[in-house]
Amino acid sequence: MSDKIAALAGLLEARLGPDAEAVAIANAELTVTLPATGLMAAALMLRDDPELGFDTLIDLCGIDYLGYGGDQWKTEPATMTGFSRGVAAPEGESFRNADRPFRFAVAYHLLSVEHNHRLRLRVFCEDPDYPRLESVVDVWPAANWFEREAFDLFGILFDGHPDLRRLLTDYGFVGHPFRKDFPLSGHVEVRYDPERGRVVYEPVSIEPRTLVPRVIRDDARYADEQEG
Amino acid sequence: MAEIQNFTMNFGPQHPAAHGVLRLVLEMDGEVITKADPHVGLLHRGTEKLAESKPYNQSIGYMDRLDYVSMMCNEHGYVLAIEKLLNIDVPLRAQYIRVMFDEITRILNHLMWLGAHGLDIGAMTMFLYCFREREDLMDCYEAVSGTRMHATYYRPGGVYRDLPEQMPRHEYSKFRSRKDVDRLNENREGSLLDFIDAFADAFPGRVDEYETLLTDNRIWKQRTVNIGVVTPERAKALGFTGPMLRGSGVAWDLRKKQPYEVYAKLDFGIPVGTNGDCYDRYLVRVEELRQSAKIIKQCVAWLRENPGPVMVDDHKITPPERVEMKGDMESLIHHFKLFTEGYCVPEGESYAAVEHPKGEFGVYLVSDGANKPFRVKIRAPGFSHMAAMDEMVRGHMLADVVAVIGTMDVVFGEIDR
Repeated sequence: MSDKIAALAGLLEARLGPDAEAVAIANAELTVTLPATGLMAAALMLRDDPELGFDTLIDLCGIDYLGYGGDQWKTEPATMTGFSRGVAAPEGESFRNADRPFRFAVAYHLLSVEHNHRLRLRVFCEDPDYPRLESVVDVWPAANWFEREAFDLFGILFDGHPDLRRLLTDYGFVGHPFRKDFPLSGHVEVRYDPERGRVVYEPVSIEPRTLVPRVIRDDARYADEQEG
Repeated sequence: MAEIQNFTMNFGPQHPAAHGVLRLVLEMDGEVITKADPHVGLLHRGTEKLAESKPYNQSIGYMDRLDYVSMMCNEHGYVLAIEKLLNIDVPLRAQYIRVMFDEITRILNHLMWLGAHGLDIGAMTMFLYCFREREDLMDCYEAVSGTRMHATYYRPGGVYRDLPEQMPRHEYSKFRSRKDVDRLNENREGSLLDFIDAFADAFPGRVDEYETLLTDNRIWKQRTVNIGVVTPERAKALGFTGPMLRGSGVAWDLRKKQPYEVYAKLDFGIPVGTNGDCYDRYLVRVEELRQSAKIIKQCVAWLRENPGPVMVDDHKITPPERVEMKGDMESLIHHFKLFTEGYCVPEGESYAAVEHPKGEFGVYLVSDGANKPFRVKIRAPGFSHMAAMDEMVRGHMLADVVAVIGTMDVVFGEIDR
């Protein structure tokens, strides 16, 4: 299996050439990172090349990298300072680091039924305020609802999508709930108002709270892997 | 002359044949559908966002509630994705138990589908027959996990506990006659494996019963043959998987093509259809019922012979035995840390897919090294199928919409997530 993935990685490097930012194999999975400008050409090539033949788009999803790698409970200084409650959100959240210069990304999971291999494409949206990418609906019709979902939940716009409406959230919903800066409890709650005889929307009455703090521990078992 | 206009009709979200909370906005030319616009999301609970706010193990229970008629298969996809990131190997016995319960789940799911699909398009008896068998399988769920549906039985590193030595029996009560209770307890004298074995022996005969009612039934064929035809090329382009893809004649099954757990060691067949219509998908699913019973038989035979651990012996990930905690400080600390903070998963990402009864169920995990996942994406098979609704019903009659919803085997717990 690993030979097959390595061979596919070689093939992709040859086909994509300098268009691909990175071709990486991890956990027996192949991930190709592409710049947003090269997406359409690469998608058509991936589908139509007889040796690649990615005929099925299995999944498409947005990712919001805001706060990636941040934790709410610092474990290392705890011996000096004592443990904090760990319920506050980490300060100065950032999505910028060397590997990921952009906030939003879209991950495409492709499958070739004919050749029995898989590929993950990752494309970063360059503008963190108005993330947009080209739509791949014309290449894989299955992308239609997946892109609507990514638009709904993350606010990523897909140029050329025939019908980019919200999909999962309520009619008239405001905001993009899966963004990391959207609170888990949301902004509004609904109840039936017997006096007005209809359902009314009100600001939420519950405070967002952390039940289990987010912790990142340096685990000796994985230290070698991470360094190497 | 009067102007003739198409009219728009609302189907659901409270329609019994909408299989839950589907709202379909249909544009009709007389009784012919010219456009179908499914409105989904009425059951959206934000499962993925909730999972991002909790340690890994605390989200297993959410997975049961995605596709609430094939609970353990959902858990399977989730725990496989975690195991891939943690890079752990599950004991062989746990793998056999998982495969056996995956197939029990497949039977549960297909029975639910067969009963509901039959009921939708006019075969009332099927529903009663199917629920008779489902009851026995629900009891198997209860025997291993304590609950009939939302089991939370699969855990990263194995399964929660080994199979019980004694199949639980019905007690005498004032709600049932003694005779009925004795009849129900007939197969429950031995262990759970004996019970499952007896079920798998009897089940193909039950499938014959279903088939005598439906397969050559003229009404059934009139309602399903040549309805919702999908070509193999189109099925692949639309992202179909599972019986929806196999019904179109593509022999694609993850259990064969990308085997996980012990499927590579088991002997079973993959049924495929030829025409890609509702009737072929029915035949595919019925044959899958028989193949699942065959797989269950093989797992039971292996599990009888090979006792062993069902959980990885690494207490950084799996909880220690309760008896160890009584005298061992380390075990107590491990237990406390696991059930409060959880374990940290190394940074990286993984996508694990299982052949769910409805198609490919995948879980995409992004971890930044914390005790909670950074991003969880659930790839629900029904989502792609539902997205093709418009294409499948265009040009059909209103009554065929019900047949197409039925043949997709949709459950809104997984589509809306």
